[in-house]
Amino acid sequence: MSQVLVDQRASRRWWLPAALVLLVAAVVLGAMIGPAGGVSSANWNIIWNIRLPRVALAGLVGAMLSLAGASYQGVFRNPLVDPYLLGAAAGAGLGATLVFIYGRGSTVGWLVDPLPLAAFVGALLAVLVTYTVGASFGGSSLSLVLAGVAVAALATAVQQYLLLRNSDVIREVYSWISGRVSTATWNDVKLVLPYVIVCSVVLLVHRRHLDVFRVGDEEAATLGSQVRRVRLVVVIAATLGTAAVVSVSGLIGFVGIMVPHLVRLVAGSSYRLVLPLSIVVGAAFLILADIPGRILEQGSETPIGVVTALLGAPMFIFVLRSRRVTT
Amino acid sequence: MKRFSSLAALTALLLTAAACGDDSISRSTDSVKPSDTTAETTGDTSGDTTAETTATGELPVAIISLSPTHTEMLFAIGAADQIIAVDDQSNFPAEALDKPHELSGFEPNVEAIAALKPDLVVIADDGADLTGQLGKLGIPVWSGPAPATFDDVYAQIEQLGAATGHIGEAAELVGQMQTDIDVAIAAAPVTTEPASFYHELDPTLYSVTSNTFIGQVYGLFGLVNLADGVEEGNDYPQLNAEFIIGANPDLIFLADSKCCGESPETVAARDGWGGTNAVINGKVIVVDDDIASRWGPRLVDFIQAVSIALAKAPAQA
Repeated sequence: MSQVLVDQRASRRWWLPAALVLLVAAVVLGAMIGPAGGVSSANWNIIWNIRLPRVALAGLVGAMLSLAGASYQGVFRNPLVDPYLLGAAAGAGLGATLVFIYGRGSTVGWLVDPLPLAAFVGALLAVLVTYTVGASFGGSSLSLVLAGVAVAALATAVQQYLLLRNSDVIREVYSWISGRVSTATWNDVKLVLPYVIVCSVVLLVHRRHLDVFRVGDEEAATLGSQVRRVRLVVVIAATLGTAAVVSVSGLIGFVGIMVPHLVRLVAGSSYRLVLPLSIVVGAAFLILADIPGRILEQGSETPIGVVTALLGAPMFIFVLRSRRVTT
Repeated sequence: MKRFSSLAALTALLLTAAACGDDSISRSTDSVKPSDTTAETTGDTSGDTTAETTATGELPVAIISLSPTHTEMLFAIGAADQIIAVDDQSNFPAEALDKPHELSGFEPNVEAIAALKPDLVVIADDGADLTGQLGKLGIPVWSGPAPATFDDVYAQIEQLGAATGHIGEAAELVGQMQTDIDVAIAAAPVTTEPASFYHELDPTLYSVTSNTFIGQVYGLFGLVNLADGVEEGNDYPQLNAEFIIGANPDLIFLADSKCCGESPETVAARDGWGGTNAVINGKVIVVDDDIASRWGPRLVDFIQAVSIALAKAPAQA
C-alpha cells in the first residue's frame, strides 16, 4: 500500500518536466512548420516577424485560458465551467464589435489599438455586472453562474442586433470571434505578457485553497479558508487574465475546459498539480493547434478557434467516456 | 513512468512528422519561387512600404492580387505579366486562372503570401492588417476598398496604372469605360415617371443603397432604390419581405443567381411575391453575381446589362 503511494508521488514528480518537454517540442514545431518552409537564414525574416510572434502569443493565450479554466472549475466546483463563464467572452465580443462598427476607420493612427482595449473593457464590465448581480442574490456559486448566463445572453443579443444593422463589418467581427493568432505581432505579446504573469502568480498562490474548496463552501469555511475572499481574488485574477488574452486573440474556445480535464485525467485532481500543468499543457496545446491553421489549406488561414474546437470536442467526449469508466 | 515514455514517443513522432511535412512545403515553395533577380529587386525596395514609392523607383515585377476586382483591373491595363499569383476568387479574365490561385483574400495567410516573394501585394480592404504584417517584411501593399462613386473606380485604375508602369493603358481604359457607359445610358429608354427597383444580394434579402457603386449604377438610369433610407447609416441593409412586397417594386435585379440559384421563377414562386409589378410584368432580371459586385472594368458590362433590361421591357409608369 505504502509502496503504491510512493510510486504515485514519484510519477507525479515527472509530470511537470514531461509537460515542459512537450512545450519545448511544440515551440520547435511551431517555429519550423509554415507555408514559407523550415528554419533557414533566407526565411529568418518571415520566421522572426510572422511565425514566432504567433507561437509566443498562442503559448500565452493557451496557458492563460487553461489556467483560468482550471481555476474557475475549482472555485465554482463545476467541471463544465470555462474561462468565459461569467460573461467575459460576450462582453469582449460586444466591445470588439463596437470598435469595428464605430472606430475602425477613425482610429487608424492611434498610438494604442482600441480593439484590444475595448474587448478588455467589455469583458471586465460584463464580469463586474455578473458579480454584482450574483452577489445581490446571495453570492453562492450557483447565483453567480446564473447571473453570468443572463449577462452573456444580453451582451450577445446587443452584439447581434448591432451586427445586423451594420452588416459591412460582419466578416471582420466573425473572424475575430472565431479567434486568431495569425495576425500576432511582438507588440501583442508584450501587451499580454504582464497580465499573464501577474494573474498566473496570483492563481498559483491560491492553488491549495482550491483543493480545500473541493469539499464544499461550508466545510471549507470551517476548515479556515475565507471562502468569499479567496473566491473573489481567484475570479478577478482569472477574469483579468482571460480578458487580456481574449482582447488580442479573439475568442478561442474549448481550451479552458479541455486542457484542465486532460490534465486531471492523467495526473489526478489535486489543484497543486493541475494548475501548473494546465499552464504548460495549455501553452503546448494551443501552439500545436495553431500549426494546422497555417498549412491545412494552401494559401489560406483556418481560424485557430475552429481547430481547437475540432480537436477539442472529440477529445472532450473521450475524456467524459473514460471518466465514466473510472468512477 | 509508462505514461511518460508514451508522451516522449508522441513527441518524437510529432518531430518526425514535422521534418517530413517541412520538406514537402519547402519543395512546393521552390517551384513557384521567382528568379534570383526578382529577390534582389525585392531587397532593394524593402525599405519602401508604399506602392507609390515603389512606382517611382523600380516597377513591381512580382505582384500578388488578392482581390478579384483588382485582378480584372491589372489584366485590363496590361500588367498581366507582372502578376505572379492571384487569389482563389479571381476568375476573370480566363488567363487569371493560369496564374497560381490558391491564396485566400478572405483569410489571408501572411506566410504563404510572403513565401512567393512578391514586390507588391494588391488587396481590396485590409481587415486582416496585411499592410502592417507584410510591411514588417518590407513588402508594400496597395489597397482599394469598395468605392462609393465611379470616380473612385477610375482613381483606383489610374493608381494601379501608376504603380505598375501602365499609366497610358490605365488612362485609355478609363476613357473607354466612360464612353461605353455614356452610350449605355443613352440607349436606355427615357421614362417620365421613375420606376422603383430592388437589388437582391442574397436570398435572405440583403440589398444595397444608392451610396454604393452598385446603387449608383441604377441611379444612372433614374431608378428609385427601395433600400434607400431603410436603415440609417447601413448601406447593405437586410430588407423585410413584407416591406418589399408592400413597396411593390417595378423591377427586381437578382445578383444571387450563381451563388444561390435564384431566378425569375424562384422569385415568382415565393409566397406573396407573385403580385408585385416586377413579377407580373416579367421584369425580374438576373445580373451576373460577379459582374454586379466587382468595380473593375466590367462595371461597363453591368451598366449595359441594366440598360438592355430596361430597353427590352420599358419600365411602366
